[in-house]
Amino acid sequence: MTEKKWPETWQEVNPGCMVFRPGSAKEYHTGSWRAKRPIWDNAKCIKCGVCYIYCPEGCVTENADGFFEANLDYCKGCGICAHECWPVAIKMVNEEE
Amino acid sequence: MGKRVGMEVAIASAEAAALCRFDVAAVYPITPQSHVAEHLSDIVADGRVDASFITVESEHSALSAAMGSEATGARTVTATSSQGLLYMSEVLPITSAMRLPIVMLIANRAVSGPINIWNDHSDIMPMRDTGWISFFADNGQEVVDMTIQAFKVGEDRRVMLPVNVNMDGFQLTHMVEPIIMPDQEEVDHFLPAYVPYAALHPDNIVSMGTLGMPEIYAEAQKAKDVALVNSIKVVREVWKEWEAQFGRKYEPIQTYRTEDAEIALVTMGSMGETAEIAVDELRKQGVKAGLLKIKLWRPFPFDDLKKVVKGIKVLAVTDRACSFGGPGGPVFSEIRSALYDTPKRPKIVNYLIGLGGRDVQVENFMDMVRRAAKGKLSEPYEFYGVRG
Amino acid sequence: MLEIRWHGRGGQGAVTSVELLALSAIEEEKYAQGFPSFGPERRGAPVTAFNRVDDKQIKIRSGIYHPDVVVVLDESLVGLVDVAEGLKPTGILLVNTTKTLAELKKNIRFEGRIATCDGTGIAWKELGVPITNTTMLGALVKLTGAVKLESLDSPLKERFGRIAPKNQAAAKRAYEEVRIISQGSK
Repeated sequence: MTEKKWPETWQEVNPGCMVFRPGSAKEYHTGSWRAKRPIWDNAKCIKCGVCYIYCPEGCVTENADGFFEANLDYCKGCGICAHECWPVAIKMVNEEE
Repeated sequence: MGKRVGMEVAIASAEAAALCRFDVAAVYPITPQSHVAEHLSDIVADGRVDASFITVESEHSALSAAMGSEATGARTVTATSSQGLLYMSEVLPITSAMRLPIVMLIANRAVSGPINIWNDHSDIMPMRDTGWISFFADNGQEVVDMTIQAFKVGEDRRVMLPVNVNMDGFQLTHMVEPIIMPDQEEVDHFLPAYVPYAALHPDNIVSMGTLGMPEIYAEAQKAKDVALVNSIKVVREVWKEWEAQFGRKYEPIQTYRTEDAEIALVTMGSMGETAEIAVDELRKQGVKAGLLKIKLWRPFPFDDLKKVVKGIKVLAVTDRACSFGGPGGPVFSEIRSALYDTPKRPKIVNYLIGLGGRDVQVENFMDMVRRAAKGKLSEPYEFYGVRG
Repeated sequence: MLEIRWHGRGGQGAVTSVELLALSAIEEEKYAQGFPSFGPERRGAPVTAFNRVDDKQIKIRSGIYHPDVVVVLDESLVGLVDVAEGLKPTGILLVNTTKTLAELKKNIRFEGRIATCDGTGIAWKELGVPITNTTMLGALVKLTGAVKLESLDSPLKERFGRIAPKNQAAAKRAYEEVRIISQGSK
């Protein structure tokens, strides 16, 4: 995770607190908030993509084989994907350690 | 060359905005600003300015829409009064924080309750902490001049702050009087096209209106305060340029017969002109009276104040609003605070006058001066002329 | 400085009158103010409007309490409203009416000069409507010399366009037909 340099001096704050760097939110790895993570059982997965649609973070993606996985840098473990999965192919398990 | 015409001041203010070639007007009508809103919409409908008029459903939307348009780099104007200003008040500090140089014409009107549509300053006073530059006009000419100056000051890259131009509702807005309207070439020469510091556009990468965590908010506020405090330099520059081009002089605090004055009235807004007559009458009677007329309210002109009160023994500060349960009128309390550290400072008393459109005549000002001459009133601040 | 108060009913053009007078004075390089009684109005309700005219800059912005001239556009206001209130004893009361002095005096307590003009009649004839504001402007100009009659022309043209000539004719007739019916007691 990229460390945010702050507090910047008041002189360094952009006028209007404008941000000119695109996509800087990407540096904030909200995955560190997670208490549980989703695990896909690909034997049960029917590749419908509902988990991808419902993920509020937009961090579930389809891989080369057509199965789905969460980007653990951003996945907050909300469990909505598991809740919506029809074939119950997703299980929320406690974060190790 | 400007033309001397007779014009209703509200109409003239909209005409002045038109001369500034505004790109967008987002306005909601409210008495006594309504002629400004109507005339701005006429100007756009008649194609006299290449602009859009956003017909919003409330003042809150008016300033919000104005912010959106200014953020895209469009020169935007709005106008309101009283309850309308209060309704949009949650947006005012955001406008200044986001450094969007919107110009707002305010037809000062009393704030409810009871409901009152007539003139006083209780609408603008609660806004003094919002980080806007504030001009106060004494007459129709100043309304026109200040509207044009407002765009120049606000849009200056060293400032980038919104500006409100305050004109007394009814007393000025509904008054037909002689005004020298500058012509388009003169204004084009004075006011260049708006080049924004940043603008929302698909080709430009910028986020505006961001979140500020506790770690950064205080720095952002300091930056805003410094910008507002430093803007007085630009105001002085613009006023010098104005005087050079148009021949009319503007100062943060204009003095009238204060050279050897022992007691001075302080006014803000159109009552200052009536007060001038009172000063003349008092002088005829041998009273060494003078007058200070505040034209720049924010940023507060501390240096100018300290300079102009030298030698004056008593200041009778008139306010047209009350900070209830507080130290009296806002102008009074700020002047007192500004002079606290000055070793030789005048005795300062406070009259709350002209509330809710109550007329203030020459005789009233003379009476105020005579009573203030003792340097103390029976109360810390006095609601002048209130029965009972 | 000349201070004038106009009495009319909402919709009769009292505010237009004060505007036109102010514009005419400003045309002559004079200084002037024209303003209505501030507040909400509706058709038919009694309203007042005001003018100040002077050769030098007018600084005073308080209300007019002791006018030099009062103009009454609608005679039904006489008796309903004290049209002469505050009018200077040396001033003139101008009423749009065909009533006699005796009839007027029943409802007016004013010992100064009173002038009348059949504004309604002139307006009907020249304009086809009983709106007397421009008509009475002519009468006012004759009585006070506040501005020259010709100075009304340009503001009337600006304001009324095509029907400006009719208004000019009405004003001119009132200018010629206004009569002082009482010189007042000294």
